[in-house]
Amino acid sequence: MFMNSFDNNLLSILIFLPMLGALLVGVLPRAVSRTSALVIALVNLALSVLLLLHWPANAAIVGTTSPSAAPAFEQYSPWLQAAGYGVTYHLGVDGISVFLILLTTFLTPIVIVSSWTEIQQRTKEFMVCLLLLEGTLVGVFSAIDVILFYIFWELVLVPMYLMIGVWGGPRRIYAGIKFFLYTMIGSVLMWIAMLYVLFQQSPNNASFDYGAFKGAANFTDAHNPAAALWLFAAFALAFAIKVPLFPLHTWQPDAYEEAPTGGTVMLAAVLSKMGVYGFIRFAIPFFPSAARVAAPLIIGLAITGIIYGAFVAVRQTDIKRLLAYSSISHLGFIMLGVFASLLVADNNLSTIAMSGATIQMLNHGISTGALFLLVGMLYERRQTNEISQYGGLMQVMPRYTVLFWIALFASIGLPGLNGFVGEYLILQGSMAANFWYTALAATGVIWGAVYMLRMFRSVMFGELTRDENRNVTDVNARETALLVAALAFAVIIGVMPQPFLNIINPNAQSITTMARAGGDAGLGARSARLNDMAGH
Amino acid sequence: MPLFLIVLFPLLGFAVNGLIGKRLPKPIPGAIACLAVLASFVVALLRFFDLASRPENARAINETVYNWMSAGSFKVDVSFLFDQLSAIMILIVTGVGFLIHLYSVGYMADDHNDPQGTLYARYFTFLNLFIAFMSVLVLADNYLLMFVGWEGVGLCSYFLIGYWFQLDEAAEASKKAFIVNRIGDFGFLLGMMLMFLAVGSLKYADVFAAASTKLGVPASNIAGLAGFGGVTLVTVITLLLTVGATGKSAQIPLYVWLPDAMAGPTPVSALIHAATMVTAGIYMVARSAVLFELSPATKLLICGIGALTALAAGLTALAHNDIKKVLAYSTVSQLGFMFMAVGAGAYVAAIFHVFTHAFFKACLFLGAGSVIHALHGEQDMRKMGGLATKMKATHITFLLAGLALAAFPLTSGFFSKDEIIAQVFNAGSQNSLYTIFGGVGLLTAVITALYTGRQYAQVFLGESRFAHATDGHSAPALSEVEGAHETHEGQVTHEVHEAPATADAHGAHSTGEVHESPTIMTLPLWILAVGAIFAGYLGVPHIPGVPAQLHGFATWLDPLFPRAAGAAESSVNWVLLGLGVLIGAGGWIVGRTMGINADRALLPDSAANLSLDKIYNQTVVAGGFALTSALRWVDDNVIDGIVRGVGTVIMLISGILRLTQTSYVRNYALGMALGAAVIIGYFMVR
Repeated sequence: MFMNSFDNNLLSILIFLPMLGALLVGVLPRAVSRTSALVIALVNLALSVLLLLHWPANAAIVGTTSPSAAPAFEQYSPWLQAAGYGVTYHLGVDGISVFLILLTTFLTPIVIVSSWTEIQQRTKEFMVCLLLLEGTLVGVFSAIDVILFYIFWELVLVPMYLMIGVWGGPRRIYAGIKFFLYTMIGSVLMWIAMLYVLFQQSPNNASFDYGAFKGAANFTDAHNPAAALWLFAAFALAFAIKVPLFPLHTWQPDAYEEAPTGGTVMLAAVLSKMGVYGFIRFAIPFFPSAARVAAPLIIGLAITGIIYGAFVAVRQTDIKRLLAYSSISHLGFIMLGVFASLLVADNNLSTIAMSGATIQMLNHGISTGALFLLVGMLYERRQTNEISQYGGLMQVMPRYTVLFWIALFASIGLPGLNGFVGEYLILQGSMAANFWYTALAATGVIWGAVYMLRMFRSVMFGELTRDENRNVTDVNARETALLVAALAFAVIIGVMPQPFLNIINPNAQSITTMARAGGDAGLGARSARLNDMAGH
Repeated sequence: MPLFLIVLFPLLGFAVNGLIGKRLPKPIPGAIACLAVLASFVVALLRFFDLASRPENARAINETVYNWMSAGSFKVDVSFLFDQLSAIMILIVTGVGFLIHLYSVGYMADDHNDPQGTLYARYFTFLNLFIAFMSVLVLADNYLLMFVGWEGVGLCSYFLIGYWFQLDEAAEASKKAFIVNRIGDFGFLLGMMLMFLAVGSLKYADVFAAASTKLGVPASNIAGLAGFGGVTLVTVITLLLTVGATGKSAQIPLYVWLPDAMAGPTPVSALIHAATMVTAGIYMVARSAVLFELSPATKLLICGIGALTALAAGLTALAHNDIKKVLAYSTVSQLGFMFMAVGAGAYVAAIFHVFTHAFFKACLFLGAGSVIHALHGEQDMRKMGGLATKMKATHITFLLAGLALAAFPLTSGFFSKDEIIAQVFNAGSQNSLYTIFGGVGLLTAVITALYTGRQYAQVFLGESRFAHATDGHSAPALSEVEGAHETHEGQVTHEVHEAPATADAHGAHSTGEVHESPTIMTLPLWILAVGAIFAGYLGVPHIPGVPAQLHGFATWLDPLFPRAAGAAESSVNWVLLGLGVLIGAGGWIVGRTMGINADRALLPDSAANLSLDKIYNQTVVAGGFALTSALRWVDDNVIDGIVRGVGTVIMLISGILRLTQTSYVRNYALGMALGAAVIIGYFMVR
């Protein structure tokens, strides 16, 4: 009984434990801020594992219309009710979001440990920011009230902006403001679209809660295609900037380059998934017809991003910027998977791409996170990310070399490592939509090898040409532990992805079904269930 | 004994050497690696005997290990297939693989590029990983798992070509090998995806069963291929698979990585870049015979690619002076023969040549390694000569394997190459182009015998030319190892002489000190040389009176392959056989005569430089550089420029607007009044 009520509040705990923890770190003495932050993050990680241990076999998709099924760990209570307009405190997870929450809780302690020696100034404030970031990110991935989601979505910006602006590189102010403004502009339009949909509902019973909101949005989508297209565009803009989708990406290399290692890891591994998640969770189920209309355009941009990102990456002289453009390329794959699945009529085939995109969000988080950690370790030793400053490091850093290889090959999709699983499923699924899309996108497997191996060759291979590099030390036990922890999952998911896919598949299938059906059947039955929950 | 053990043993060796190999003293990592592969070989052998004891129609054993990935209707298992074809391939991989591991223990014991031995364990780590992936490749029962092995061996190839990572040559070559292979893999991937889309499975058995009904259809059924009209889907798929095969098996247009790959240690060249990995493309096509048989156009193309590659690479081999480069181009050329075979539908002949080639080419590479080892890194054949008396074992084994490569009568290469050429000519009945390809095959056979005879003579016969060469060789690392050698009279030693005078003192008379390699290196040479001669007696032509056992190879494999239309039970073609004898023996003798004391190659250098490499560098690589540079400029200045421009405009506007924020009430009042006037005026005019 206790476990049951504990589970019912688990998502709230995962959100607010780090937030309250941030407060606690704030009042505790500076000497213990690192340790206390780490303890909080580890406790949160341990708790988040309960999501998997207690995962209900029949977890339904968020927004399910079935009266008997519910998303996992659902929590519901009316929150702000005024003049017929309601905001609810409604949380829940499904196969789409659960691994993003786990990715967040997994990477937070890793980032804390990775910045153990890197962040020397205002350590306490850094830890506070990081814990706030963790809480708000879990909030983004578990909120199923639209306003609640929006609040967390915007809150994420604050700690992230501070991390770039305070602990970043020489151009941190420029990068931080660019990041903040660019993403804000997108969000504002989304906010207006949200209000529009709210006012479509009956004035006495209008709600931002996912089910009711989706009902209204679907109604618009079905009966007012022009409006739906604008609304979809408003949502899509906010999400596309966050991904980032070509050509809305130029805030990203600056932000990745200037942010401190921990900030870049969180940005690249987790924040970029907020955009994709927004598409899968909100934009597509709300406006499925509009999404299908827009799909060719978005697929076109995604494929352009795959190739363009890779080509621009080849010519980068800064490792972090190179990885930033590589991220644009990889996120292009994920976006391709999401939108190609909308164009495939056969549900069994469209699920392939959607599942692939979903697991690839996790995979990209792991491998890119590891890559940025690795670059951060170089930076800590030599205070530069310039490729030309390195060369022949393999001679002095044999252990680092091996770890770098694993992350690199995971990133370029070598079979047996995690990246391949997602990439293959995405391309296989999109092949059902169109051969040429897929063929173009699949050239990404070549370009990925080109820019990554060129960079690796220049940094690690060859003679040690610079004296400054002669005394560079190999990774220490702390750093090794961090990387091994992250890369273990690159191997596990590569070799045995099925336990992960088993959780993802049913909900990925529901998403593609929703995207085709739209509609608002069964809302009544669902409300009854939620009324029950509110009564408790 | 479950099949997965064959993969597991080398994986364990990989794990042990990878984790603690560095802390183990020198021969131990090598011993671990050898044992791991030996264990796999034993399992493979036991399973082979088991398979042979079964009736012919029960020789396909499926063993599923676990469900790898499923999503929607997509499902792929980690699952193995043991049948006549995979049995032969796995025996080659683990058998020849074991011999080369053994040889490596001696060869890598003193490494002039790594005097401290810090890389030693890494070498065996990756060699074992290679065997594991290669086993996955040949044992997989579906295309996706085959692809795991396919890319995995490419990865190990990358690691091992770049083994001496500090050398720029090795670093560049490893990168190039991986990228060029990825181009091929791109084709493989697309072909596989189309296959799944049409059939709903990637398991060989499912795909082949549905091939004629679901793949023989027009490609226009697939979304995006509407414009393909009458082309069948299976043609598109096989063409894409062929792209993959040209990458892995180093055929035109993607062969360019293989000659550079010789930057890796010589045993690696023997194992990966001659005996096993590079034959994966041929294996894949043979495995997919059912599909390729449905597409005569693809087959013709493959045969043409094979013929062209065989000839071009053979000619290039005539022009090279580097002992390993000659063998590398020879390998490309021999792979061309195998391509011709599968293109002609002669799958058994192709696999037979894979089989014999594994023996004689591995032996030649290892023999070359033994020579290089003895000459302290010298690879230029013009600076060799007269080694026959100084390295008896290396000499005899190189001679035997060389004869086999030259297709000297009654060696293994004679039987396998002759069979290919005969079958290509046979296919001439379907399309006369095959007759031309067969002619190219004959011509290439002449060239092969020429460069092989010449190489043998130039290295082992005539006068020793090594003494003059040492002056030019003053790399300190080399000289140190040299010194160590001489002092210990041929015993393998890890000791490095540090006396500064060593190089000078010994350099002058080092010729007299050239000596045979240790037994651990010569033993594999002998075994491979015996194979190079006798492996052929499993595939003797169907001459009346020859006992059936002497073409047991064909009897074993035949049930697997669809017989090409019109191809009768191969009866011996006496004219070709006679020509073969003439070419093999004659070519060898001429080449051998020309090679003695030769100070130049049989073709001028310019022929060696006529390569696709240059063309690619001037077009694709240069174009890529220009394009990516331009895109970077666009990104920095146009796309981000617009963003910054918007920012600037907003700043400007806000700057102007800020002027109105004067904090004088009278100004605001004036503004309000003007505004009100405009609004009122608007309504009045309306």
